[in-house]
Amino acid sequence: MIPLSHYLIVGAILFCLSVAGIFINRKNLIVLLMSIELMLLAVNMNFVAFSHYLGDISGQVFVFFILTVAAAEAAIGLAILIVLFRKRRSINVDDVAEMKG
Amino acid sequence: MENLLLTIVLAPLAGSVVAGLFGKRIGRTASHWVTILGVAVSCVLSLYVMKMFLLDGMQTYNESVYTWLVSDGIRFEIGFLVDKLTAIMLVVVTFVSLMVHIYTIGYMHDDPGYQRFFSYIALFTFSMLMLVMANNFLQLFFGWEAVGLVSYLLIGFWYTRDTAIFANMKAFLVNRVGDFGFLLGIAAVLMYTGSLDYATVFEKAPELVGKTMEIFPGVEWSVLTVTCILLFIGAMGKSAQVPLHVWLPDSMEGPTPISALIHAATMVTAGIFMVSRMSPLYELSTTALSVVIVIGAITALFMGFLGLIQHDIKRVVAYSTLSQLGYMTVALGASAYSAAIFHLMTHAFFKALLFLAAGAVIIAMHHEQDMRKMGGLKKYMPITYWTSLIGSLALIGFPGFAGFFSKDTIIEAVHLSNIPGSDFAYIAVLAGVFITALYSFRMFFLVFHGKERMDEHTREHLHECSSVVTVPLILLAIPSVLAGYVLGDVVFGDYFGNSIVVAAEHDVIGKLGADYHGIAGFFQHAAAGPALYLALLGLVTAWFIYMKRPDIADWFQDRFGFLHKLFDNKYYMDDLYIKVFAAGGRLLGNGLWKKGDVMIIDGLIINGSAAVINWFAGVARVVQTGHLYHYAFAMILGLLGLLSWFLLGA
Repeated sequence: MIPLSHYLIVGAILFCLSVAGIFINRKNLIVLLMSIELMLLAVNMNFVAFSHYLGDISGQVFVFFILTVAAAEAAIGLAILIVLFRKRRSINVDDVAEMKG
Repeated sequence: MENLLLTIVLAPLAGSVVAGLFGKRIGRTASHWVTILGVAVSCVLSLYVMKMFLLDGMQTYNESVYTWLVSDGIRFEIGFLVDKLTAIMLVVVTFVSLMVHIYTIGYMHDDPGYQRFFSYIALFTFSMLMLVMANNFLQLFFGWEAVGLVSYLLIGFWYTRDTAIFANMKAFLVNRVGDFGFLLGIAAVLMYTGSLDYATVFEKAPELVGKTMEIFPGVEWSVLTVTCILLFIGAMGKSAQVPLHVWLPDSMEGPTPISALIHAATMVTAGIFMVSRMSPLYELSTTALSVVIVIGAITALFMGFLGLIQHDIKRVVAYSTLSQLGYMTVALGASAYSAAIFHLMTHAFFKALLFLAAGAVIIAMHHEQDMRKMGGLKKYMPITYWTSLIGSLALIGFPGFAGFFSKDTIIEAVHLSNIPGSDFAYIAVLAGVFITALYSFRMFFLVFHGKERMDEHTREHLHECSSVVTVPLILLAIPSVLAGYVLGDVVFGDYFGNSIVVAAEHDVIGKLGADYHGIAGFFQHAAAGPALYLALLGLVTAWFIYMKRPDIADWFQDRFGFLHKLFDNKYYMDDLYIKVFAAGGRLLGNGLWKKGDVMIIDGLIINGSAAVINWFAGVARVVQTGHLYHYAFAMILGLLGLLSWFLLGA
């Protein structure tokens, strides 16, 4: 039996990787989207672990919701990305700074 | 009866509205016809009201016509109180107004503002009628302010002249000082009697005797005295008593017909009328009566002096108006209300006459008002000459003319009065008689006799004015002679009945009346008093100085230069007001504007708060780099912060 803490550690590592991905990555918007997906998966991991540990099924129900939302979000994100690329011929993160005050 | 009274008031208003709003469309002739018709209707109906009082024994009419609003039990109404006091005012106002309307056709003939002028004077007649017919303080105040407004409009009638604009602003501001007191007086009446209705107030007034109020902590003042003096401050403004007289001489900037109508015959008498109407209040406060008599005496004497050195023909008449208003005020202070109203009436006729005659001279001289450039006009303008002579004789109180009866009654009444200050007033009015005769006939001789000092061009065009000018002169000359002979009935008889209340200890008119045995007896009595001889002495002195020995006047001017300078500068009162009050007000205003408004409100509060936001935005925009990872980082930091606060802090 693998204890709960191992799952949580894996979740935390995945989360930190994804955060690092967001910060370190300056080149590619696709990597950014992937990092966000990864972050959601890390959360899912925690949900499933706690659900199993506590014997409460609602955590797993939540995971389905999150997966659905993540899929929709990925679709919208990629669509935006394509439009952006058509307009700019670039998916460089540093180039997208329209909101600069 | 109600319809009759409403017609008296509203007919001039209708004329004014038609001439004012549609004057351009209906043309000049129609404009003067419609206003004259309105005033003529009022005049005829006023005479009819007078007839009902005298012949049909009509009782006092006191009814409300319309309730404007009721607030906390206080009723604000429009109503009419018509008794014999009102009736005499109605006749005087509408008659003089009608004469002035007719005269204006000639005087304003070539003026581009013809219709506007007729609209204004008809509006004035309406306001004055509202004032005299009021049965409550609210309507009195309405009329009071309305005549002030029309006076402002008319003084500044030639609004392109700087001096006219200065004069109308001055009149308005000085009247505002008086009206402030008047309004406070009305407020005091309302506060202590709970009503604005004359009848109710007068009924409750005796209960206020001995009651005191504490305006400044520790100082107890009699309610009645304070109220009466506050109301009198209003009268001082409107009736141009010292020290609020300064606007009246300047108001001569307006066209001459309104000087006759407003600044001699009617509006300035509003204060006199008001105090007479309030006689039930004034009779309860000897202190207030003392104030009234002293102020009146100062005005009567010292304003007369100023008339002696004026060169402008209208200003001489203006100062004589001030002086005569002083006489009326003195009569009020001596509790001789009926004598004051009687003098008001005779004065309205002969002063309107003098002004209109002065106006006729001014037209003939092509709008030259300087008496030094006139002289010898007698042979060119005979009608004006004779009517002016009648007016001047009436003004100085020459035996047999209207002013003789009214002025002599006042002087005798003051002589009998034992109010504090009446001794001073007696000396002042006696000296005033001499001064009045001196300046009146100085003007008369300078204008109509002596060398012809005008230039050749003016002399060639000199001729008597048209009949619209001379007919009012003649019509006004008639009452200037005859109005005095009703003395016995109006003053000593019980003409005023209960519309004027006099306390037994103040009843000088009653004492005079006991000695009064007809007109012949009055002549005899006057022949025994000093006033008549002083008037004649003044007349002869004027003749001697200005006809025989003009060098005396120059000698006097050289010898008493300081006195001449003092008079020429009007006792420096204008300078005092302009340099102290007006300049002080401007200084205060400038200070508040520059320091308070521009610096604190605009600079600190409004622009200051905007500047702070601007600065903060400048700082905050540095954070907005536009890079996604910076925002994400901020989100993470925020999440960390909130989580740690949630877990550790709470």
